[in-house]
Amino acid sequence: MPGQRVFLHSRTLPVRMVAPSLKLQDLIEEIRGAKTQAQEREVIQKECAHIRASFRDGDPVHRHRQLAKLLYVHMLGYPAHFGQMECLKLIASSRFTDKRVGYLGAMLLLDERHDAHLLITNSIKNDLSQGIQPVQGLALCTLSTMGSAEMCRDLAPEVEKLLLQPSPYLRKKAILTAVHMIRKVPELSSVFLPPCVHLLHERHHGKAVGLPILCFSSVDRRIENRMGTPAHRRRVAHTHRHTRNRLSCPWPPPFTSPTLTPGILLGTITLITELCERSPAALKHFRKVVPQLVQILRTLVTTGYSTEHSISGVSDPFLQVQILRLLRILGRNHEESSETMNDLLAQVATNTDTSRNAGNAVLFETVLTIMDIHSAAGLRVLAVNILGRFLLNSDRNIRYVALTSLLRLVQSDHSAVQRHRPTVVDCLQETDASLSRRALELSLALVNSSNVRAMMQELQAFLESCPPDLRADCASGILLAAERFAPTKRWHIDTILHVLTTAGTHVRDDAVANLTQLIGGAQELHAYSVRRLYNALAEDISQQPLVQVAAWCIGEYGDLLLEGNCEEIEPLQVDEEEVLALLEKVLQSHMSLPATRGYALTALMKLSTRLQGDNNRIRQVVSIYRSCLDVELQQRAVEYDTLFQKYDHMRAAILEKMPLVERDGPQADEEAKQSKEAAQLSEAAPAPTESQASQLLDLLDLLDRASGDAQHPPPLDPSPGGALVYLLDLPCAPPPPAPIPDLKVFEREGVQLNLSFIRPPENPALLLITITATNSSEGDVTNFICQAAVPKSLQLQLQAPSGNTVPARGGLPITQLFRILNPNKAPLRLKLRLTYNHFHQSVQEIFEVNNLPVESWQ
Amino acid sequence: MLEESREELMRFMLLFSRQGKLRLQKWYLATSDKERKKMVRELMQVVLARKPKMCSFLEWRDLKVVYKRYASLYFCCAIEGQDNELITLELIHRYVELLDKYFGSVCELDIIFNFEKAYFILDEFLMGGDVQDTSKKSVLKAIEQADLLQEEDESPRSVLEEMGLA
Repeated sequence: MPGQRVFLHSRTLPVRMVAPSLKLQDLIEEIRGAKTQAQEREVIQKECAHIRASFRDGDPVHRHRQLAKLLYVHMLGYPAHFGQMECLKLIASSRFTDKRVGYLGAMLLLDERHDAHLLITNSIKNDLSQGIQPVQGLALCTLSTMGSAEMCRDLAPEVEKLLLQPSPYLRKKAILTAVHMIRKVPELSSVFLPPCVHLLHERHHGKAVGLPILCFSSVDRRIENRMGTPAHRRRVAHTHRHTRNRLSCPWPPPFTSPTLTPGILLGTITLITELCERSPAALKHFRKVVPQLVQILRTLVTTGYSTEHSISGVSDPFLQVQILRLLRILGRNHEESSETMNDLLAQVATNTDTSRNAGNAVLFETVLTIMDIHSAAGLRVLAVNILGRFLLNSDRNIRYVALTSLLRLVQSDHSAVQRHRPTVVDCLQETDASLSRRALELSLALVNSSNVRAMMQELQAFLESCPPDLRADCASGILLAAERFAPTKRWHIDTILHVLTTAGTHVRDDAVANLTQLIGGAQELHAYSVRRLYNALAEDISQQPLVQVAAWCIGEYGDLLLEGNCEEIEPLQVDEEEVLALLEKVLQSHMSLPATRGYALTALMKLSTRLQGDNNRIRQVVSIYRSCLDVELQQRAVEYDTLFQKYDHMRAAILEKMPLVERDGPQADEEAKQSKEAAQLSEAAPAPTESQASQLLDLLDLLDRASGDAQHPPPLDPSPGGALVYLLDLPCAPPPPAPIPDLKVFEREGVQLNLSFIRPPENPALLLITITATNSSEGDVTNFICQAAVPKSLQLQLQAPSGNTVPARGGLPITQLFRILNPNKAPLRLKLRLTYNHFHQSVQEIFEVNNLPVESWQ
Repeated sequence: MLEESREELMRFMLLFSRQGKLRLQKWYLATSDKERKKMVRELMQVVLARKPKMCSFLEWRDLKVVYKRYASLYFCCAIEGQDNELITLELIHRYVELLDKYFGSVCELDIIFNFEKAYFILDEFLMGGDVQDTSKKSVLKAIEQADLLQEEDESPRSVLEEMGLA
């Protein structure tokens, strides 16, 4: 009804004619009717003036309406602070309507920063102790939404009382209020821990749930001792039901009959979860109820179906998820509890209906729990397989959580995740960038030496079509993986070449250095490389990294280019003039960066000794650039020109082919970065690893004094111009290494660890150690983890092991690769830490490897 | 940050229209008005920029955001890092069902003109970001009773009563 009412106050106040003001709905209509922002502001300011006046006049009858209007405009972003005191007045009123709006206002307008918020403590206290249920509910809700630490401390006794009174409606609200209070004031855990214990007594959905829990009684110990098979538990439960009445609890609840209270169970579990997260005492205590929780969940899943509480045929998924969460916290770092839940988790994992989101939500929580506790290996594999199935789900939300979780698990459960590699690779095609990004990260983490060719094919195909913001990561990922797993040099060169041609602008700066290094070290591939690079350059001179490498290569190996013979690609007749023209084109192109032009000029110069014809053309170009505006180019041109004039007799020697420059500086940085990236990729990677590794390193530091201080080698200078200096020191090529004998380093009860060493000839600073763990005993070795530490001057990178289990009686061994960079040829020392389970015992061994062959580091 | 937040907590829930108009905001972690406005503005921008074929989850600041569009309204929840996004989707859906049952085929206008009711229903369903009751019936019954109480309160007073003469 439009229009305005003139209202009269009660007789206790003087009768006044108050200016007409709108009902809430009318105000909303008027605001929505405003055509411009300015108009809206006008309407609202006018109304706010009315509201302010009304508050000033203290009209109790319509206060709630005024506040409601104020709350509406507050939501639109307008100031409403003058309504704060009105909230207090409304809360203090005896009318329910007033309280309802007043409490809502308090939740929206008052917070800890305002002193006013403390003023409602009294009202809340009154309402909690004397109000009718709906009012008590409002008070509790408000307390749990905006209650500050002070308020929580003040009102804890009231809430505690409500926890123990009979109405389930209030109890469930009191429970959740307690959750908030504990968040704000963790010390309150001690207040709410005892009542929690009783709350688990409650029957759930009308059925008795497993064992009632009684704290501080000797029966607990009996239960603990017998917690084994389900048969055991049933027996104990039977005994227990008889003894229940004889045992006493420290806080006898005022009521005696349990009631049908599904809502309370959910709240209780939530409260217990909060307690266990805050208080180690609570955690210790509630670990005893794991069997009961397991029973509750089992009942819920098998027979506890109630249409009222189910979603899409799944029994109360909210409750299931909450119980699973609690189990996760209880089972974390606690083998006994974890063991108790294994069966149940497997059951839930296999029996939950996966056709709708509700079931998948429960399944997902189950997976999260399995991965976080000490589960049996088979259970972990089951969890990973569930995630693998999720990847095939048509719902992209489910694929998203699967990819995110698999990413967290890829380091710790590498072989299990590997099984789903094809599905992961398919996810690269996702249209949603957040999914394809995760698929990319995961794919890169799954590359290993056996699948590298296939994976690189997929990833390179992806690189060609992927969205621009993923290009850089994809390119650098491919290059890193190629670095680690290249089966052959030629494959490696081809791969880098492909990345440079496809995504040249997105690669990191050291890609150029790496490629030149790689090509330089592969003598048999010089002809092949220079041809491929020449062809690529001829097609496109815009991709700077490619152009730089190509220019360098042409300069170095121009003679091979012109020879015309190369087995690996089609013969190509290139003549000198073409080559020179191409380099000149690069030199002159406005697309070329200054550094690129430097490469081109130097390449031209080098060709003066590689080509047959006279050098007039080259001399001309060099001469022109003597007056180039770019200072760097100018300097080079002047120097090169001088080389033609005064020092022509030295030119051939100076421009000889470069020997291989040692890998150091940037390369080592990249390897350190790789291991950092690998560590960051998985959150599930055991945190202790890092601190243990640093502990080990600290131990080694004490011994490191003898090796002297490490000198950082000079960073690799990719600019061939600067190589004029290096060229004058010609190191000799390292002699081909003899194979290094294997070394047995550890043996215990049939479990043996061997090291084998490889020094790749093209990289003298690199040492590859493969550890092999074998098991000739009668018992399986599980959860095998090997960590290593080396002296500070060396760099160590551990790759993911082939697995964590060595089956008994000569089962498939575990292998793991260590990469050690030792550019200074410092004496190698290696400390190993092994942890594993064998014959139901945890084994930990820390030892330094003796008798390391000198060939491994000299 | 005013307090140390625990592992699993819903930070806030927002309802807003496709035009970026806020229709409901429930904060479960104490945040200043200024900070709230900033976060709301930012998040609305991020969510409204999403294309229809993208998934319902995104990462924003240090939080996970779960959102779903129902007709012209976006329902948006911000949860902490360790939370289960899929169950949050169910939670959002449950809230929408409650609104739907209460208003009878709910639409944005209902939420606009009865925003207090939307809050009351939410507060009966969630407390501190946690689910109070998993039974729709139970939640709606509680709201009904509260509404009845309110009606009794507001039952029309006679004119004489109004004038204080009866």
